[in-house]
Amino acid sequence: MKRVAITGAGTINALGHTVEQTHAAMAGGHCGVGPLDLRDADRLQVRIGAQVKGYDEDEHWSRQQIALYDRFTQFALIAAEQAVAASGLKFEGDLADRSGAIIGTSGGGLSTQDENFRLVYEDGKNRVHPFVVPRLMANAAASHVSMIHGLRGPSYAVSTACASSNHAMGQAFHMVRSGAAPVILTGGSEAMLCFGGIKAWEGLRVMSRDACRPFCATRNGMVQGEGAAVYVFEEWDHAAARGADILAEVVGFAMTSDASDIVMPSQDGAARAISGALRDAGIAPADVSYVNAHGTGTAANDRTECAAIAQVFGDHAANLMVSSTKAMHGHCIGGTGAVELLACLMALRDGVVAPTIGHQKADPECPLDVVPNDARDARVEVALSNAFAFGGLNAVLALRRA
Amino acid sequence: MSQSVKDRVIRILAQQAVLEPIDVSTDHSLEDLGIDSIGLVEAIFSIEEEFDVEVPFNANTPQDSAFDISSVAAIIGAVEGLIAARAA
Repeated sequence: MKRVAITGAGTINALGHTVEQTHAAMAGGHCGVGPLDLRDADRLQVRIGAQVKGYDEDEHWSRQQIALYDRFTQFALIAAEQAVAASGLKFEGDLADRSGAIIGTSGGGLSTQDENFRLVYEDGKNRVHPFVVPRLMANAAASHVSMIHGLRGPSYAVSTACASSNHAMGQAFHMVRSGAAPVILTGGSEAMLCFGGIKAWEGLRVMSRDACRPFCATRNGMVQGEGAAVYVFEEWDHAAARGADILAEVVGFAMTSDASDIVMPSQDGAARAISGALRDAGIAPADVSYVNAHGTGTAANDRTECAAIAQVFGDHAANLMVSSTKAMHGHCIGGTGAVELLACLMALRDGVVAPTIGHQKADPECPLDVVPNDARDARVEVALSNAFAFGGLNAVLALRRA
Repeated sequence: MSQSVKDRVIRILAQQAVLEPIDVSTDHSLEDLGIDSIGLVEAIFSIEEEFDVEVPFNANTPQDSAFDISSVAAIIGAVEGLIAARAA
């Protein structure tokens, strides 16, 4: 079995257009949530979200590229470009033939679908642009990342709702650990802050109309975000041999299925995923000091997640720092685990634990140290990242300080 | 006076080829202009939008389509034919 290093990271999300900006915002407890700026927002009941601001696609891409790149693909490409540049890798020869891209997304090109459904249903048009299909397909981001970087090995999309990114990164981890691929670009991307995307979420009645306050007694639901993060997962010896700057080591991964309910989470399924990741990593629960929680700000998730953490960690749960960064960058759905892994990297590498902002009052059903409101300096050796999806699909990653 | 059909078709093809319209000659083939099969499909979409016509074109068998794409001049002629047929 090979060891797996993270040798590059990139992102664009509501907190920043780079890793550095995002880390600064996380450390500063900034909130990326604001009024939604999109067509027909006045017909929405939920009018807040964590949109990527200050982003003009025409500044990044040519007309031909925009014809092919949905917003979620654009985000993935921007993040991948940063990650590859940071890693210093060049994909040529055998390395290119064996490396790939595994990118999580839930909605894929949902904005493209939304715009084109509008054209044919609302506007009565009888033809759409020829690239609607290649633009909306869920694998568009993975495919374009592979094309831009010349990755000719295993590439595909992973779609498991809110756990898409963690499942994708878990697959990348397995692929590199097993020796099947020396390098995988992996993470996730989501851009479903369009009218139809938000209307669909409204229907579930789990959305907050003011703010996302995970683990807080006054919480009233989740807030959607958008964005991408992409990492270079590289075989450790390959990275070490070229003197790469290793950001962290991926040491464990586990996935479980609740096999019970399509929307309600299960304590048992979450606990089995957390303990499975620790077992996979060969790490004792007491060695973990930070958990980046799924922490959506819904009553169902937060209570279940806290109970699962308490079940796995026992007395050590009281020593853990457990924060949800969704209060800052929103719930980026299929891209969320990837954006949240940035908080794990910041904890491991910079010794700064991102806070759970918006915290007003402790919830007796969430009796954990949720790092309320202010970031904290701490030496973190091992960090976990939780993702628990609708459909009862759970995926937890374990990272160690490099 | 509005642009001629010729000028409008050339503008669409030039945009697809990332050229200035002045650099597109009616003698050029699509290959000369560097327009590949997916570029052609996009150009046909633009022609349909511009002239409000339905272009009989199947990307699987472009050579069998009723729409002649052998040169810029042929495309202009085919578009003029479609406009005339619609008016009739």
